[in-house]
Amino acid sequence: MARAELMDFDTALERFEPVIGLEVHVELNTKTKMFSAAPNPANSEFHGADPNTLITPVCVGLPGSLPVVNGQAVRYSISLGLALGCSIAPSSRFARKNYFYPDLAKNYQISQYDEPIAFDGSVEVELGNGRTFTVPIERAHMEEDAGKLTHVGGSTGRIQGAEYSLVDYNRAGVPLVEIVTRPIFGAEADAPALARAYVSTIRDIVLSLGISEARMERGNLRCDANVSLRPRGQEQLGTRTETKNVNSMRSIERAVRYEIQRQAAILAQGGSIIQETRHWHEDTGTTSAGRPKSDADDYRYFPEPDLLPVVPAKELVEELRAALPEPPAARHRRLKAEWGFTDLEFQGVVNGGLLVEVTKTVAAGASPAAARKWWTGELTRLANAQQTDAASLATPEQVAELAALVDAGTLTDRLARQVLEGVAAGEGSPQEIIDARGLAVVSDDGALVAAIDEALASQPDVLAKIRDGKVQAAGAIIGAVMKAMHGKADAARVRELVLERAQS
Amino acid sequence: MSEISAEQVAHLANLARIALTEEEIEHLTAELGQIMQAVEKVSEVATPDVPPTSHPIPMQNVFRDDVVGETLTVEQTLSGAPETDGSRFVVSAILGEEQ
Amino acid sequence: MSDHLIRLTAAELGERLAAGEVSSVEATRAHLDRIAAVDGAVHAFLHVEGERALETAADIDRRRAAGESFGPLAGVPIAIKDVLVTEGMPSTAGSRILEGWVPPYDATPVRKVREAGMIPLGKTNMDEFAMGSSTEHSAYGPTHNPWDLERIPGGSGGGSAASVASFEAPLALGSDTGGSIRQPAHVTGTVGVKPTYGAVSRYGSIALASSLDQIGPVTRTVLDAALLHDVIAGHDPLDSTSIPEPWPSMADAVRRADVTGLRIGVVKQLDSDGFQAGVRQRFHEALELLERNGAEIVEVSAPHFEYSIAAYYLILPAEASSNLAKFDSVRFGLRVTPDGGGTVEQVMGATREAGFGPEVKRRIILGTYALSAGYYDAYYGSAQKVRTLVQRDFDAAFANVDVLATPTAPTTAFKLGEKLDDPLAMYLNDVATIPANLAGVPGISVPAGLAPEDGLPVGIQFLAPAREDARLYNVGAALEHLLLAEWGAPLLDRAPDLSRHELTATEEGAL
Repeated sequence: MARAELMDFDTALERFEPVIGLEVHVELNTKTKMFSAAPNPANSEFHGADPNTLITPVCVGLPGSLPVVNGQAVRYSISLGLALGCSIAPSSRFARKNYFYPDLAKNYQISQYDEPIAFDGSVEVELGNGRTFTVPIERAHMEEDAGKLTHVGGSTGRIQGAEYSLVDYNRAGVPLVEIVTRPIFGAEADAPALARAYVSTIRDIVLSLGISEARMERGNLRCDANVSLRPRGQEQLGTRTETKNVNSMRSIERAVRYEIQRQAAILAQGGSIIQETRHWHEDTGTTSAGRPKSDADDYRYFPEPDLLPVVPAKELVEELRAALPEPPAARHRRLKAEWGFTDLEFQGVVNGGLLVEVTKTVAAGASPAAARKWWTGELTRLANAQQTDAASLATPEQVAELAALVDAGTLTDRLARQVLEGVAAGEGSPQEIIDARGLAVVSDDGALVAAIDEALASQPDVLAKIRDGKVQAAGAIIGAVMKAMHGKADAARVRELVLERAQS
Repeated sequence: MSEISAEQVAHLANLARIALTEEEIEHLTAELGQIMQAVEKVSEVATPDVPPTSHPIPMQNVFRDDVVGETLTVEQTLSGAPETDGSRFVVSAILGEEQ
Repeated sequence: MSDHLIRLTAAELGERLAAGEVSSVEATRAHLDRIAAVDGAVHAFLHVEGERALETAADIDRRRAAGESFGPLAGVPIAIKDVLVTEGMPSTAGSRILEGWVPPYDATPVRKVREAGMIPLGKTNMDEFAMGSSTEHSAYGPTHNPWDLERIPGGSGGGSAASVASFEAPLALGSDTGGSIRQPAHVTGTVGVKPTYGAVSRYGSIALASSLDQIGPVTRTVLDAALLHDVIAGHDPLDSTSIPEPWPSMADAVRRADVTGLRIGVVKQLDSDGFQAGVRQRFHEALELLERNGAEIVEVSAPHFEYSIAAYYLILPAEASSNLAKFDSVRFGLRVTPDGGGTVEQVMGATREAGFGPEVKRRIILGTYALSAGYYDAYYGSAQKVRTLVQRDFDAAFANVDVLATPTAPTTAFKLGEKLDDPLAMYLNDVATIPANLAGVPGISVPAGLAPEDGLPVGIQFLAPAREDARLYNVGAALEHLLLAEWGAPLLDRAPDLSRHELTATEEGAL
């Protein structure tokens, strides 16, 4: 497949105005599904269950089955709507979205169409460069998730070329809130970063509300990015594409940037953009065309006859509003002050989408500085190498444990980095890795002294220099000892002992 | 409005995933045309001032508590299926894309 | 003895069982023998439980002997329309696409019937997915009217009505979306009730039109219907549209039946000379009888009823087109793979083409059209407005009367095959019954006599405001009592003796 031509990003921005729209799906972490009392796999208690074990007749659309609304999911949805600055609909109802697909147990999805639970809101999003952007929210509505398809045969594990597919309906019926922005104007060159920061902000919000596990790598939070370009000076909006399969914060930024560049190249050559759904490929950093939107668009929405309207009482809405946590911007100001970070340091945390991780790591006992260091440092480095998000590599509790081990002197900085690699690779908790690999710093001076004496004996010229007062020469001894100890020693202590032994 | 064409019927059959034969499409086109003529009279009285009713017995806020209920076993879930691999349903290759 | 047993009403049989005069095994065996003798001709059943029914009966007998106390219908056999999902018994909705499907769960009305100690005899025939008024659209062959085997038993619940009219079962469960309980009752000389929408749970009823479907009793007497109604009605948390408030006892309403001062509204638009003469005659005679016994007959107008069929044939296909989408070869039911294999889209298309009959396909396409982009407002949207207008007609009428009365259907039982080529003509059978489904109000059909011109049964329909189902049992029971006094014996005694025919015995299990 020929690689699409891309225009240089800055050039693209000169000629065209990017307009983006973002649709985020949030899986709620209620105990049960949206329309049935089956356990909800988006709740960590039921995550990873064997296929087709979280099922009631409703989940597989058995003839005669009927949906019943999960009241907790409605409350969560209202809270989310309020946190997004939305108005809550005085009367809201469900609608059927009709289309055929094997992961859709009834071949219709129960969603909301003309009466969503929340509408007309906005979210303050802070960008890395210090700019704050107001993203307009068109609506947030409730719906159910579909099952999971696994494609078998074929070379890529994707639909194209697969011989057959397997369907697991555990995920069918998981409660979703779909958040739709209005078209976002004025982001200009910040559009890719804004897309990422917006999703990160949504993630912050749902985590602070406690309504979702928000783990993108598990699909708890999914984003579709709409991108169109408008030639500068033109009134009419350009044709937009919708990019799906963006599975991490990184991908969102890259995908938006890519689409801008791809569309600009086409338009510059006099071509036109096809309105279509595109698929993001993380490995190649490109989007590819899906099927053009055609009759798939006629979803024949009609009000769901099996469900009754949702009419939230004013008292309930006010109760939920009063229980909202601080909005992100206010929380950022407070935390920055509490933690004593500089603007730049704090921005680094927020940009990396790691605010919640750092907060939880501090809550688990680490110092803010340590939390920031590990998350924005080593974990981000590992995440970039693996083309994923840092948050998916470790838990705040694990990082706090690591920081505590360093503080206690059980690990040096360098050893801690090795341990962290092990955590990210899924080998277990820091203590488990230390035990398994035998990585703890040797704290027994006796062993150190033995290694030091041997090193001194084998480098008499260095010994002489040290005795002569040239303490920098100790470096060679320290290096040799560290090597002999396989790095499992505290270099500072070794240095102390080397100087001691050298004089004796 | 009551003119419904064979192309429309074919399109509707595709939306409804029914592989109608040419003969069926022809028959249906004629029959549906007649039926549509009969049912179109609803628009005579369906003026803008009349609100639609989707539920005959008005109720609202019918919810269930967030408590796990009785589930089906895997065997029960797969019991009626034409083809399974013992834990999942098997379908042949999919042409279309997820929505 | 067994012939005597099958001629008892369910209430009478229940009393004998409670008194220990007869066992449930005996009663069940008597009905199974009857089915074996006549169902070759009637074809009311798609599945007969046979041995399993006897085991269930034996279990009830044991528990009763051990001192367990039961309700009035315990130990009484019952037939169940194949639209209801039954654990362990095939449930086909009269369609090939569900041939042989055995559900892993019970519909709520079925669960309640089992808990009441009743004995499921089997599943009865119906128009495919309840779409029809004659049971001729069943994929398994039609059911025959016990009054004249060459005639239709009504539809879509012809099997349940015929099973009861031919004494194969004392009572049955049916479903009514546009008259599918009431119209078969009318053509078979039996009693059928469509409760208020939401009175009986729809959980486990294979959905046709979600906003119109209701499950109800199919019986030979009004008391039997009331007793069964009392068993199956009530709030079900598994059905969001099920009414939460508790219901009074319908059986009590029957026992207290009294029409003194009852205001009965005759719907002008349904008292038309478009109806068969004998149907109208018996209708008016029944009203006069009630009037002589204290009721007041008043004329009412329902100007929007004439739009009900049109609205119904937009709402039902639209909802059905969506409800029937789940039949796609993936999770249950038929799978047809085109020659040489195919994508799942092609398998779905081939399966639905082979598995659905012509009437179902017709309605699915019609419904898809009514909902499609650009047509929603003109069709489905407009039909929902007609529903509002029909409800307003009912509200206005009920402001002045307690119940409404109409003939149940325009004609007596027509011959099999007579209306098959003309879908529109078939749809007109439901002109009197559809308004109640649109509005959600309850309706009953009770036998009013035989039409003089053809000797075939005629029913009279009463309608009440939503939640006032007891009024139907009141007036229905009163009329039944008065007619019984006039006739000297139940109407069904005049039905032909079926055991005269050359009949092949049916085997236990599927036919």
